[in-house]
Formats: sequence, structure tokens, C-alpha cells
Amino acid sequence: MNSPDNAYARSVRDERETALELDGVSRVFAGRAVLKDVSLNVRRGQFVSMLGASGAGKTTLLRILAGLDQADSGRVRVAGARSVVFQEPRLVPAKRVWENVVIGHDRLSAAKPSALAALDEVGLATHADGWPKTLSGGEAQRVALARALVREPKLLLLDEPFAALDALTRIRMYELVARLWRAHTPAVVLVTHDIDEAILLSDRIVVLSQGEISADVVVDFPRPRSRSDEASIALRTRLLAELGVTQDSPRKAA
Amino acid sequence: MNVPRFPSAALGLDPGTTPDRTHGADARAVDPRALIDLPTREVRRRTVLQWSLLRSRALRVGVPLAIIVLWQLASSLQLVAPETLPSPTVIIGALKELIADGELQSAIGVSLVRAATGLAIGGGIGLLAGLFAGLWRVGEEIVDAPLQMLRTIPFIALIPLFITWFGIGEGAKVAVILAATIFPMYLNTYAGVRGVDPKLLEAANVFGLSSRQIALRIILPTALPSILVGVRYSSAVALLALVVAEQINAQNGIGYILVNANQNQRADIIIAGILVYAALGIVTDLIMRALEHLALPWRPRFELA
Repeated sequence: MNSPDNAYARSVRDERETALELDGVSRVFAGRAVLKDVSLNVRRGQFVSMLGASGAGKTTLLRILAGLDQADSGRVRVAGARSVVFQEPRLVPAKRVWENVVIGHDRLSAAKPSALAALDEVGLATHADGWPKTLSGGEAQRVALARALVREPKLLLLDEPFAALDALTRIRMYELVARLWRAHTPAVVLVTHDIDEAILLSDRIVVLSQGEISADVVVDFPRPRSRSDEASIALRTRLLAELGVTQDSPRKAA
Repeated sequence: MNVPRFPSAALGLDPGTTPDRTHGADARAVDPRALIDLPTREVRRRTVLQWSLLRSRALRVGVPLAIIVLWQLASSLQLVAPETLPSPTVIIGALKELIADGELQSAIGVSLVRAATGLAIGGGIGLLAGLFAGLWRVGEEIVDAPLQMLRTIPFIALIPLFITWFGIGEGAKVAVILAATIFPMYLNTYAGVRGVDPKLLEAANVFGLSSRQIALRIILPTALPSILVGVRYSSAVALLALVVAEQINAQNGIGYILVNANQNQRADIIIAGILVYAALGIVTDLIMRALEHLALPWRPRFELA
């Protein structure tokens, strides 16, 4: 489509619009291929959920994106400013809540105002001077969110951040994450095995099975979404089928 | 068949509620289809908990008191010879005597300086070695094997060697305390640093902390409880080593009071001196616990209770 002399301009523009780019990424653990030739592009500001059963390779992929693991082959490019929220809050128990939020800053005391602002955004301003061990699971995870956002990431990696929370707290967390995403507009990669969670939050759902991308679905119906929307139900059925579960199969198995 | 049975009775479990293994094997087994009554909290508290709390408190205070009263009675009725085991009142008299002379105060001062010097040097070495081995892999390779080998030597066995090296003066005494305090400090520091959750370190990597920041902001504060346990252990061991070291050519300190009383056959002063050692131990432990309390405000309080 474009003439060759536009190639450079196009690559610069792509660079500015891309949050992550995977090209033929593979990872092998002890002879077992966990990721097989995975290619994926996520543009800036896009909310992508990575869906898959346990052992499908989604956490490995996220760890590679976070720089905590390295691909055996292929090319990985990510936005420099990136941040992670893990399944556990991973707060330093000996540091106050606000110190945990800005733990990566050079001078903690100088960064206190930004820590307070971030805590305010997640509704925990009053807990700033408290200790992590006094927080509930949901509160601790909100601190972890504040810690990730205070770095103004262009790419926010969420590794099953709601999995350890109770169902009611989880619903509130969905709203919080959606609101923070709209306010800060990072690209988000959410690793999850919860289909409803993925449908409620994402622009796009990538299904990973046995180390390969088996489906890549754009979710284009309007937000806020509900589990009982017809579009949600149709998409859930389709994704379940992608994951190898048909809706009546549990009854057949029983 | 002599199959070992599931020890449900030993665990205080009702055999009827445990799975198949005991089914039919126990005469007391209840019908698994029947419903059983579980007591409410209200009933349990009144009948069991309150009584056991009361009994535990009464016994904890009462038994030591009873021993002292029996001891005093046995002495008053001359059932034990006063030169073997003087009565509690005589021992308190001896303590008062030592305090009135000013002898005890100066002896405690000398002994505490001795213990503190040995503890400061030995504990300092242990702390540095523990940090070195904990923070750097190469440190572990250098420090750990030799220290683990030296650890197997009982410090009391070193006394003749230290007397040969440092003579019978203050040097040998401090050296014994020093040698005794290195290891508890080293082991707890090392364990504390190595015990930091690797997931925290991984998160620190993601959030761009430098190695120095990781050490200062994450590892050291998180390892502090364990390091303070090391300080507490080392202090206790320092007092133990003090008692032994002070028997070497005692010229002053609590050890001198004991040796002197021994030569004069004064069992009351000897026991008084032993009680002083015990009191020092208790006071040290209390101080260390208070220190932990202050230094670790982030820890749930029940651990310190």
C-alpha cells in the first residue's frame, strides 16, 4: 500500500503506537515447549486479556513481558515504562503503605506527595501511614495497583490480580481497574482464567492454549458490560468452546 | 489383623466422625447416620475455658511460692543444714549485706562491662559475617563453611587456649564471651537475610530498585526481626559465657564474689550471687524484648506478648 520511502516514517509511527510486539516467541522449560512461536501486537491504550487454562503459558508470557524471564527465541519489544501487579500484593511488610507505593523512587520522602495522590486514587489515602499487615487482601491489592500506577506505565501487566480476592471485592476491583485504565490510558495485559472478567474489562481477548494463540477476539460491544448481556453470553459460549469446554459437558462427565 | 489403627482417640477426635478407617473397628463408634450434639461456645467457656484459665494462673504463681515456703519451713525446722542450703531469709540477708558494702554494685558494673565488651565485638563480627554471607553469594562461599566448622567447637573448650594466648587477665575473659556470641548472631542474621521472600525481590526488580536500594529498603528491614532475635540470643549466651569466664583467676566482678564465698564456705553468698546472675538474665531479656517492640512497629503485637 505504502511506497518504500514511507517505510521509515511508518516504523516510527508504529513505534509510537505500539505498547508491545512479540514476534515468534518461544520458551522451553526442561524440554517442554511452554510457548510456541507466539506473535502478538498490542497498541497503546488497548486493554487485552490473555485467557487460558492453567499451564497454557500465559503467566510465562507475562513474565517475559515483565522482564522476569527471557524468551529462548523470537523477538520481544515492550514499552520502556511498564509496571506489574502480581497475584499477591508483594508489599514490604516493614515499610509503611505510602513508602511501598513509591518504593522504586530515589528519595522516598520527596516522593510522598505522589504516593498520597496514588493512594487517593485507589481510595486508601487514610491508610497511607499504616502498615501493610493491617490491610485486608483487597486493600493490599489496591496498594499494589497504586504502586504500579505511580510509575505512569505505558504498559500495565496484571498477573491474575483478582484471583485471591473474594467475589464481592473482585467486583469492586473490576470497577476500579476500569476507571484507572480510562484515567491513565496505559495498554493493559491482563492474565486471567476468568472468562467473565475478561469480557467485562477488555477491548480484545487472546486465548492461549498449549503455548499457542488459538483465538484473538475483538470485544466491541459498549461498556459498562454485564454478564447477562446477550453479547456477553454469546462471547462466553464462544470462548468456552475455544478453551475446549462446551456448556453441557460437565453434566455429561458427571 | 494387627494393623496400626488411626490414632483418633489420641487426637481427641470422636471416632464416629473420622472416615472409614475406624468404622466397625471401634466399639464406641456411633452410627454414622445419626446426628450428634456439638456444644455451643457459651457452654464450653463456662465449663472448660474459665476453669482451665483459673487453674493455669493459680498453678503458675502458687507452685513457686509453695516451693519457697517449703524451703523456708525446712530451714526453720532445721531439716536441712544451714551450711548446705541456707533459708531464703538468710540469702536475702546476704544480698542486703553485699549491697550495703557497695560490693555487689561495683561487681555488677565490672561484670556487665565485661559481658558488653565481648558481646559488642563478637556480635559485631557475627552481624557483619551474616550480612556478608546473606547478601552476596561469594560471601556465603567464603564465610559460611569456616564458621559452620568453628561452630561445632564448644566455646568452653577454648578457655585453655585463650589463657595461653591472652594470659589470665581481662583478655581471656572477653575472648571467651566474644567467641560464644559470634555464632548466634551470625546464624540469625544470615537466616534473616536469606529468608526474605524471593517474590518481594522479584517485585523490587520490576520496580527498578538498585541493588543498594534492595538491600536497604527491602532486605534489611525485613530481616531485622531475625537479626534482633540474634541479638537476644547472643546476649543470653554472653551472660552464660560471663559466668564461665569469671571463674578464671577472679579478681573482681560477680565471679569474684562467688569464688571468694566458695573459699569461705558461705553458701548464702554463693546462692545470692547465682540469683544476681539470674536477675541479669531476666533483665537483659526484658530489655531486648522492649527493643524488639520499639524497632518492629509493623509486626502484629501478639508475637511479642
